[in-house]
Amino acid sequence: MKARVHITLKNGVLDPQGKAIKHALSALGFDGVNDVRQGKYIELDLAETDPDKTQSTVEDMCKKLLSNTVIENYSIEIE
Amino acid sequence: MKTAVIVFPASNCDRDMVVALEKITGKKPHIIWHQDEDIPEVDLIALPGGFSFGDYLRCGAMAARSPVTKRVIEHADRGGNVIGVCNGFQVLTETGLLPGALMRNESLKFICKDVKLRVDNNDTPFTNAYAQGQVINIPMAHHDGNYFADDDTLQALEDEGRIAFRYVDDSGDATKSANPNGSRNNIAGIISRRKNILGMMPHPERLIEEAQGGTDGLGFFESMINALN
Repeated sequence: MKARVHITLKNGVLDPQGKAIKHALSALGFDGVNDVRQGKYIELDLAETDPDKTQSTVEDMCKKLLSNTVIENYSIEIE
Repeated sequence: MKTAVIVFPASNCDRDMVVALEKITGKKPHIIWHQDEDIPEVDLIALPGGFSFGDYLRCGAMAARSPVTKRVIEHADRGGNVIGVCNGFQVLTETGLLPGALMRNESLKFICKDVKLRVDNNDTPFTNAYAQGQVINIPMAHHDGNYFADDDTLQALEDEGRIAFRYVDDSGDATKSANPNGSRNNIAGIISRRKNILGMMPHPERLIEEAQGGTDGLGFFESMINALN
């Protein structure tokens, strides 16, 4: 199965890179960008064929390595 | 005092740490490669600065999951002393041995300069050779030293006196302009609840003899001699 993991900064965690992107967009003339938050996208190709097992394995991966839950949230899509 | 320095791929301050520990203790530290499964019985384990595993995923994330790091965690759980400087601090937060996280500097720039630190708790094995509130000059060199912890964690650190070092101005005040990287509450270094683990971003091992331009970092190592010998 394939898993797609999005990792984003939690609300309340400052995102200086997001802020820099916002400034750069505004310098390019893109007005009306209220906020930018940047994150990570990770694709996994897994041998497991059961969606539920895949979901729980990937959640475990997110908690143990892929995200730092002190500052980040993760979301998982299974296909 | 017996010591060990852990070396990860792309650690680059390990030699400085070894030289500092040898100078202070008179004994050469054990140098432990990250794939080694065992660490000899020591009084102190040091996690050095650098860019372990190329800072892939997050700074310190890979090193925190290295085989040897399990041994470091066991040593710390037994009450053994651990220091993490710069990347070592990032590794300690990634393992959960210290709370919070080190994020990209607010300016997004790699900052390499001397900074003033105030010793905010000198009642620890790593700071007892300094006076309470003493202002010292220590070099910093990092891209990701912006300390973050949520409000509750931050309050607990403050209430429990667990902030060892804070970035300050020349008169010792923790002002916004004295904060080089956006760290919450100007935090430069913290200790664990049991006071056996210290993490800090600036590099005391880079300022231990006059040839390096000063000796303000010496007190850090002398403290450990006082506490652990």
